[in-house]
Amino acid sequence: MPKKSFRQAVNEALRQEMERDPSVVVMGEDIAGGMGAPGEDDAWGGPLGVTKGLLARFGRGRVLDTPISESAFIGAAAGAAATGLRPVADLMFVDFMGVCFDQIFNQAAKFRYMFGGKAKTPMVIRTMYGAGFRAASQHSQCLYPVFTHIPGLKVAIPSSPYEAKGLMIQAIRDDDPVIFFEHKAMYDDEDEVPDEAYTIPFGEANFLREGEDVTIVAIGRMVKFAREAADQLAREKIDCTVLDPRTTSPLDIGSILESVRETGRLVVVDEANPRCNMATDISAQVAEQAFDALKAPIRMVSPPHVPVPFSPALEDEFIPSAEKIGAAVRSVMAAPARRAA
Amino acid sequence: MQLNRDDLLRAWREMRTIRAFEERVHTEFAAGGIPGFVHLYAGEEASAVGVCMHLSDRDVIASTHRGHGHCIAKGCDVKAMMQEIFGRAGGLCAGKGGSMHIADISRGMLGANGIVGGAPPLVCGAALTAKVRGTGGVAIAFCGDGGANQGTTAEGMNLASVWKLPALFVIEDNGYAESTASAWSLAGDPVKRAEGYGMPGTRVDGRDFFAVHEAAGEAIERARKGEGPSLLHVKLERFFGHFEGDAMTYRAADEVARLRAERDCLASFRRRVTEAGLLDGAALDAIDREAAALIEEAVSEAKAAAFPRPAELLTDVYVSY
Ligand SMILES: Cc1ncc(C[n+]2csc(CCOP(=O)(O)OP(=O)(O)O)c2C)c(N)n1
Ligand SMILES: [Mg+2]
Repeated sequence: MPKKSFRQAVNEALRQEMERDPSVVVMGEDIAGGMGAPGEDDAWGGPLGVTKGLLARFGRGRVLDTPISESAFIGAAAGAAATGLRPVADLMFVDFMGVCFDQIFNQAAKFRYMFGGKAKTPMVIRTMYGAGFRAASQHSQCLYPVFTHIPGLKVAIPSSPYEAKGLMIQAIRDDDPVIFFEHKAMYDDEDEVPDEAYTIPFGEANFLREGEDVTIVAIGRMVKFAREAADQLAREKIDCTVLDPRTTSPLDIGSILESVRETGRLVVVDEANPRCNMATDISAQVAEQAFDALKAPIRMVSPPHVPVPFSPALEDEFIPSAEKIGAAVRSVMAAPARRAA
Repeated sequence: MQLNRDDLLRAWREMRTIRAFEERVHTEFAAGGIPGFVHLYAGEEASAVGVCMHLSDRDVIASTHRGHGHCIAKGCDVKAMMQEIFGRAGGLCAGKGGSMHIADISRGMLGANGIVGGAPPLVCGAALTAKVRGTGGVAIAFCGDGGANQGTTAEGMNLASVWKLPALFVIEDNGYAESTASAWSLAGDPVKRAEGYGMPGTRVDGRDFFAVHEAAGEAIERARKGEGPSLLHVKLERFFGHFEGDAMTYRAADEVARLRAERDCLASFRRRVTEAGLLDGAALDAIDREAAALIEEAVSEAKAAAFPRPAELLTDVYVSY
């Protein structure tokens, strides 16, 4: 199978869906770029080149550059979706949700329910998240817990190029609004990605490794770190299951519970700030539904409750690492087995 | 407002310092010493300095992601700025903010900003403070041509007008928002937008320090007299890419070279003051050397400075918690 980068995988998914379905349009700031400028058209192809080449194939009629007016164009995507298009809007950095959130959570998310099941809003918002770029407090957040919190939104967080392509095609074909999270530090990651179009269903977790001692649930970029940690732990004779939920809404809590029932131990790794994040949500659901199966307290590996700092010296300290995941796993292995009451 | 010899020397020193700062940050970034996203202000100096020459510490400005020039013009410590950009503990924001978030509230510098359109509403608040507390201060939002299209900017202008705030909106139109031409993205005319919100709007050539200085002076005086906000649409040029690393293929091949030759606000200032006999070349050259030396020191000190201690990760999230 051909190796492709995360960037290529997303690009290919967009291209194939635009070929297949003329109602798919893409829009965003500099999504092609060079609008009105004397030099090259498609000069940027999005800030990190993900949409490069779509303009040449589909033209300005379906590849729409926008002014810096997120509230207007994200809202336009919602309105277009409710009236017959399948827009893929680029909210460059998820941190910019602040200037357009109403159009997402009060409008797009709620049409179907508020209108008594009569509306469909098949839109995708692509957005970059995550720390590690020295991009400081306003360009490094995760924020997917905020979207996961909203009924009516679906949230996909691919952990590899293969996942990115399949989840993106699913997102475009899905009839609900989907927020699609791309980690800015993962675009050059490479993976085997089929040439043909394929979908990965939402709400089905992926078991990346099966072990009987501890279940590690990790989100997005953290999946890679969890696998690294699991490799190291295996050398120490601790066998981990590594589970990637792929989507946080819908969330495949069933697979997580099933795994915890087998291992009796859970570590959840989430790059989002620790209060009300995916780790707390998953932990609460497991504690509620599988308390009897737990042999040790659940551990959560997340950054501290602080904004993402700029200085590399601080940002490196902020981000969860394979070492921190390893330490959490060792600590749950060391916890005394809980006595039955 | 008349500019005396000291004013002119000060204007030159500030513009030169900004230019030297940015040219150096450009090479240091290319060499790999500076982390993160960096947006340079070179080419636009006359706007920041022409406006901020009218201000003192009681006045507040709020800036953009392209904020180094505004910071220097508002009196931020250049060495502490450089340390900030290098992510050092001695930086103006303790290394936590970086290039996009340099701020110094004590100098009335409410921050560069990573969010396009972040400044205009904040400036309404700063202007309100000045009005309620009767400080006589004014508040100024710098905003790009791209930022002019944010809802926050539209709302901020309307609010400033309705509340008759001592505010000024400076739209720095450098022709581009990232790779997108302002000729395309900026529908209508910013000056007419101002009129639409019931405030005076003036277009001014950002190559001409004197024109910016004069237009800003009038708007600021009006604000200080309690007559409400204004807008300046400053047409100027960006000499580097949108951010450091931008290949700029959307620009014409010879565009930057031509702009540097024909539209350099520093060259224009120098020509004007020397030809009019207001300042002699030797005085300007001396300032150039001092600015270069300051930047040299700032960089070598920044490189030698310590990074923040890991424990600093957890400090200053709240005042108390
Ligand atoms: C809300 C928001 N949207 C988008 C961006 C990404 N972005 C950063 S700078 C920029 C272009 C800004 O253009 P302009 O306002 O003209 O300022 P200039 O860069 O030309 O100084 C964009 C789109 C952002 N930082 N914040
Ligand atoms: Mg601009």
